Amino acid sequence: MSMGLVSYGVFFLSVVLILGIVALGLNLQWGYTGLFNAGIAGFYAIGAYTHSIITTPPRADLIANMGLPWVVGIAGAMAVTALAAWIIGLATIRLRGDYLAISTFGIAVTIQLVTLNFEALTGGSQGFTGIPRPLYGMFGSPFAFNLFYFALLLAVVALVYWGLERILRSPWGRVLKAVREDETAAIALGKSAISFRLQSFVIGSTLMGLAGALYVSFIGFVSPFDFLPIVTFQIWAMVIVGGSGNNKGALLGALTVWLIWASSGVAITKLVPPAHAAQGGAIQVILIGLMLVLALLFRPRGLIGEETMVSRHADER
Amino acid sequence: MLGQAIADGILTGAIIALGAIGVSFGLQILRFANFAHSELVTWGAYLALVFVTFAGPGTPTGPLSFGWQLIAAMVFAGVLTGVLAWVVDILVFRRLRNSDAHPLSMVFAAFGVALVMRHVVVLIWGHGSYFYTRELQIALEVLPGIRMLPDQIFILGLTFVVVAAMHLYLTYSRTGMAMRAMAESPSLARVCGVQVESVVRWTWFISGGLAAMAGVFLGLTPQLHPEMGFNLLLALFAAAILGGAGSLIGAVVGGLLVGLAENLSVLFISPGYKTAMPFLVLLLVLFFRPQGLFGEKEGSR
Repeated sequence: MSMGLVSYGVFFLSVVLILGIVALGLNLQWGYTGLFNAGIAGFYAIGAYTHSIITTPPRADLIANMGLPWVVGIAGAMAVTALAAWIIGLATIRLRGDYLAISTFGIAVTIQLVTLNFEALTGGSQGFTGIPRPLYGMFGSPFAFNLFYFALLLAVVALVYWGLERILRSPWGRVLKAVREDETAAIALGKSAISFRLQSFVIGSTLMGLAGALYVSFIGFVSPFDFLPIVTFQIWAMVIVGGSGNNKGALLGALTVWLIWASSGVAITKLVPPAHAAQGGAIQVILIGLMLVLALLFRPRGLIGEETMVSRHADER
Repeated sequence: MLGQAIADGILTGAIIALGAIGVSFGLQILRFANFAHSELVTWGAYLALVFVTFAGPGTPTGPLSFGWQLIAAMVFAGVLTGVLAWVVDILVFRRLRNSDAHPLSMVFAAFGVALVMRHVVVLIWGHGSYFYTRELQIALEVLPGIRMLPDQIFILGLTFVVVAAMHLYLTYSRTGMAMRAMAESPSLARVCGVQVESVVRWTWFISGGLAAMAGVFLGLTPQLHPEMGFNLLLALFAAAILGGAGSLIGAVVGGLLVGLAENLSVLFISPGYKTAMPFLVLLLVLFFRPQGLFGEKEGSR
């Protein structure tokens, strides 16, 4: 195998891991709680921009850049996304499911407008470059850095996965499922359905913000065109194709869908003449749409399907 | 300035209203948020373009920029878009409705269908813009300081006629009554012998037809592009929910208010944020009156 291929493979898998974190966040919201989040691209963008603004050194044309350490950027990105999700959730989580979908979709549109128009903060349609990569100076070559970052992402995904599995198997996770399956019964048992849904929504969105921060500090620049609505639909396809209600499924879905997306992109650039690039791009998006619809129609359980979760104490009767 | 913004707002509002009627029916009769509705608007506009490409936009009639051909194109597009909506229902939504899938999987599917429909338009017609006609028009001063194009006045008039006809249809025809019964209570309607599948079919057909009309009007003022419907999506939902899901008059009033909010906002904020206005309206409605202006209060689901 040539070096170029290995290098591309590492890059590809890094993107899969980052999108995998977003998919895990959505899986908590949709798979385990039944919350319809149509604004994934928005939360992902909030994390990305917050991190970029916190860590990039001050510049004359941008008002808020701080040049603070990477860890502060990650923490800040998660905190700001959590706050945004909390405010949005507070206003909309009581509503019927499809109204939550409309509201979150609106959030994403609004955030996109802000990233495009609030130039002094976000750099407008150009975005901005120079986002520091963690410990970049310690590595001799971009490839060595990419390997390091890949290992870092693996660790983060493992941590997120472990944390989610743990809380989902706790009493908290069982209440979450109870709320999803039969809200009235859960309320009758004295559980505040709204509060549990809000918590799940905020945690899931925070993970999306974390992923956004990890993404920009990997590629080193931020641009509104990395957070278009298509991101939301790609993540949905990942969770639904993989199997909602199963964290392994979300990660497997991230790999499957991104593999199809990236390879269809390569195939189209090879086969479609440059004059028809727009049509080529359209085919790629149509594939995502078809994947989503066909999975819903013919394989609603996804590749793996929902995992049965029983309390650790259930056998001890 | 203010008067002109109000006039523009009413025009945008009329177009939003035509699209919002279908969204409103979708929410209440079909019981899901149909995010693919905006693509019916786009398809309607492009289907009319197909007709105009073959028949021409016609010689300008009076002050208008088009002739009878564009009206024929609109009828052609309305019927075909209605059929398209119905075919999509058979292919996708009916299957999900009849399966034991989660009700919200319809909404996921709607987004998927929207992606496919919008990008098939790109595949066929590309990203560029199209015009029905290149005739130039002179704006008329309808009131002191308020100018409108003859085409725009025509759009307002025709919208009014169609909405009035729809109102009569819903109030007096058998299908219209069945539709209203379904909107009130699907199970009760079924028990009373309403042919559910037939009502669903008519709902799709009418929603598609009205969406196509909105699309043609949008394309006439002034151009067609693949995102024309998608950019209207939030406005359609804001109007339908503001008016109260399932209410025809509600959707029209909601459409006008959203159109006005959008155009009046330009007086206060940067035009770059204009498209966020419908969303602001939506949040306010959801917060203070989720059942909408004309809707019945309903338990949260």
